[in-house]
Amino acid sequence: MDIGIKESIVALISLNRDVSSATTPIFYVDSEEKQEETALLIAKITMGMVHDLRNGVYAVVKH
Amino acid sequence: MEDYILSIIVSIIVGVISRGYMMKIDHRQYPSYPQGFLAHITLGLIAASLGAVAIPALATKEFGAVTFLSLAAQQFRDVRNLERQSLDNIEPTELVPRGTAYIEDIAKAFEARNYMVMLSALLTSLSMNLSRVLKLNQQLQVVIGIVFGIGTMVLLKKLLTRQLIGEIADVKPAKISFDGPLLTINDVIVMNIGLKGSRKIYEERGIAVEIIPKDPSGSATLSNIGQRQAIQHQAATQLGIRKDIDEPDFTPLARRNPHNGNLVMALIPMEPDIGLLLDVVNKTPVLETCRRKPRGKNLSEK
Repeated sequence: MDIGIKESIVALISLNRDVSSATTPIFYVDSEEKQEETALLIAKITMGMVHDLRNGVYAVVKH
Repeated sequence: MEDYILSIIVSIIVGVISRGYMMKIDHRQYPSYPQGFLAHITLGLIAASLGAVAIPALATKEFGAVTFLSLAAQQFRDVRNLERQSLDNIEPTELVPRGTAYIEDIAKAFEARNYMVMLSALLTSLSMNLSRVLKLNQQLQVVIGIVFGIGTMVLLKKLLTRQLIGEIADVKPAKISFDGPLLTINDVIVMNIGLKGSRKIYEERGIAVEIIPKDPSGSATLSNIGQRQAIQHQAATQLGIRKDIDEPDFTPLARRNPHNGNLVMALIPMEPDIGLLLDVVNKTPVLETCRRKPRGKNLSEK
């Protein structure tokens, strides 16, 4: 049987260094291009989907 | 027993023909051509023989034989289980899953078709044996049997044919736009797409439809998640979807406009052809289990 965690944020990719989290890994990046690239790489690894939270943070979520 | 041989043979043939007649519809819903086809024709043959021998068995006072009919009903319930299991098993391998409602609907259709075969064989044999008792000649018996059998077949097919989305709703092309990262179709928010690359693909190659229900019943039917899943699956399989397992961004989602009950859906097909998408959505069957009638005859609002 296929078991895994769904509908949860697996990573945050942030331009803003004030963002913090106790449970979710955060990747800090310096530019939008880098943010886009990191988000894509993490999404491909986790089979997740990238969502833009509009505050300089991208969230990778597994659906 | 020799008296009955003719009616048994003709009934079995009519029964198998009626299974073949319903097989045409299968292709779109459940494409398992060489093996599935043989399995179902063979089951149809068994169903037809059961229908064919029922009357002769009764006429020769073999009442025990009738109990076999109940055994047969059990057997055909297993057909439903079998279909359900096999579709459930391949479900994780679909890029856009069928959904449990659609699977249940297909399984039920397969069961019903076997009963249809049995009934048309039964009526053929009944009419032939009646005409034999009335001392009509053999050629006439065969003709009467075939006419009754085909009549039952056509009537049952008409009864078993499901409604299509096109009958309960109007399907129109819709416009894809982005509000920041939010994918919106005709101003209904569908999902949040973070990657700029994915948004670009949606803008360049995406096509979208809006499904507008014709009445409150249609609106309630379309709100069903199983029904929406079926539409998504049909669209994705018929048009070919530009998506791989690690690209959830391109999963087609049918979302509902809560204000008016309209559905919107965007899709990135291999070949963007809006006419084809409209056609596919129009011809998606309305699932029996998803049909709702909130304002039926007995509950009319005055």
